[in-house]
Amino acid sequence: MAENKKVPRRDFLRSAGNTAAGITVGGIAGLLFATSSSKELVWQLDPELCVQCERCSTECVLPQSAVKCVHSYSMCGYCDLCGGYLEPDAKSRDTSAENQLCPTGAIQRTFVEDPYFEYKIDEELCIGCGKCVKGCGSFGNGSLYLQVRHDICVNCNECAIARNCPAQAFRRIPADTPYILRGEESDRYAREI
Amino acid sequence: MTMNKKHSLILIMLLTLMAVNLFAQPQQRFPKPDFESGYEQLTMQTPGPRSQTWEIIDIAVLFVSLSLATWLALKKRSRTLIFALMLFALAYFGFFRQGCICAVGSFQNVAYAFSNPGYAIPISAVFFFALPLLFALFYGRTFCAAVCPLGAIQDFVLVKPVKVPNWLGMILGVIPYLYLGLAVMFAVLGAGFIVCQYDPFVGIFRFGGHFDLILLGGAFLLLGTVVGRPYCRYLCPFGVMLGWMSRLSKKHVTITPDECIHCRLCENSCPFNAIDEPTEPVPDQEKSRGGRQLLIMILLVPLFMTVFGWTVSRLDVPLSKQHHTVALAEQIKLENNGLTTETTDASDAFRASGRTTEDLFADAVMIRKQFRAGGWWLGGFLGLVFGLQLVSWSRRRQQVDYEPNRTHCLSCARCFQSCPREHVRLKSRG
Repeated sequence: MAENKKVPRRDFLRSAGNTAAGITVGGIAGLLFATSSSKELVWQLDPELCVQCERCSTECVLPQSAVKCVHSYSMCGYCDLCGGYLEPDAKSRDTSAENQLCPTGAIQRTFVEDPYFEYKIDEELCIGCGKCVKGCGSFGNGSLYLQVRHDICVNCNECAIARNCPAQAFRRIPADTPYILRGEESDRYAREI
Repeated sequence: MTMNKKHSLILIMLLTLMAVNLFAQPQQRFPKPDFESGYEQLTMQTPGPRSQTWEIIDIAVLFVSLSLATWLALKKRSRTLIFALMLFALAYFGFFRQGCICAVGSFQNVAYAFSNPGYAIPISAVFFFALPLLFALFYGRTFCAAVCPLGAIQDFVLVKPVKVPNWLGMILGVIPYLYLGLAVMFAVLGAGFIVCQYDPFVGIFRFGGHFDLILLGGAFLLLGTVVGRPYCRYLCPFGVMLGWMSRLSKKHVTITPDECIHCRLCENSCPFNAIDEPTEPVPDQEKSRGGRQLLIMILLVPLFMTVFGWTVSRLDVPLSKQHHTVALAEQIKLENNGLTTETTDASDAFRASGRTTEDLFADAVMIRKQFRAGGWWLGGFLGLVFGLQLVSWSRRRQQVDYEPNRTHCLSCARCFQSCPREHVRLKSRG
């Protein structure tokens, strides 16, 4: 008698539990789906918070970091004595390797007109260490700064650099405005969007 | 002449600036020149994010793999094909998609999304969370068998499984609950996704990452040659949830295709110790005693929850260190009290930011309070798990056949081959 009652009761409990669990998981998924489809987020670093600790170059999960130096040309002073390009104790102001701040020689220096030079980042070479950013921000206009390049970034679930950023400069921002820029570039970017 | 003047001017500026400026902040020190040579300023490139196509493809591959795994385990009953699908999942979700996003960590996104309205959870995270659970709710943990890349890499290296003693398995089996509870609490309180942070296999999938974690992954794989899927059984937090679902599942793989003949041949076929053996019939006089014991255990559950909750809530100080703000506040306090002379990048950054220490400490105190409340929840959850485990032990399990344990069975189909009825079935089909 008791044996006969046991099995249906167990089945009943399982089926009730199954329905409840199904509603719970389905409900959570449905609710989140409704909110998630509204906007997509990507990782970006706020250059105003960045302290150039060089972790961007080492913490990214990619073999070469998705963080690169970018250049707001509108803010650049085109200086000959560039704090972002030259070692502080550089022997001369030329393109020889021992004078360059950049460990990979990723900044191209081109003569424009006396006494001005143009500085352009070769992103293939840039490792995102931010040495030039520190130099430019300390001695120059701060036209060089770091940004996550979204053509390279794989948008990890939790960004490994964000986790280790001492200034908490990384945050998720809307994917339709995925950069935090400076100078006229910022205004132009806002207009384009 | 003008050049020299300019340089000396720059030098003076540099010296003054170096004294006041610790960190690089934008400041228009040198005006942009008016070029006379007709030089045109370059424009900055701003490449957009990769399209969501891959996310959609991932979800589609997940759904198809889950359906296929379920069909292979429940209908086709083929270990070979499940193994093949498992290798595909390892190649696709593991090495090709580099282990992110994965279902194992997705519950953290869900927890984070519920506590942070500003966070829009990726669509892929929603599906990677819900689809395996829903499939488990209908057909058992077929996700673990052939779709999870973390399971696949461990299953692949399993060559000579040894049986883990029951007592050890039980003790280690507690860790996933603890890991799940901690991960949810940290995600809700904004202290990061620890399951992603300490994923031992993602570094192997990416051929790079933190050395310690790759070493840990290697250790797991080495251990995995003799202990079946150590991460899945003794760590995986998502496996806990899949186990709950699977326990309630509508259908589930069975060892025998039709009837159990009690030949005991399947007894040692499971490398994960997930086969329940038939129980002895219970004498009547023990039944009433068992009932009383069961009642006591059920009444003890709230007590366990309270005691565990209180205990874990007292751990708010060490637990809250996982949160960046609290860790920073502690460092600043040490520095201010002269207990350490070495500053960290984080404390330097804080001091340069111009925020007041009072402000930071107030934030840290608030977060620590949240951790105390979170500790009650986490402890309560662990107490509930512990209490229910005791309840299930004191309950008489009644079973007549050899059956897979629905909570722990991964539907890997290894046991089928050991069942004589399976061979009859295969023969009758030709």
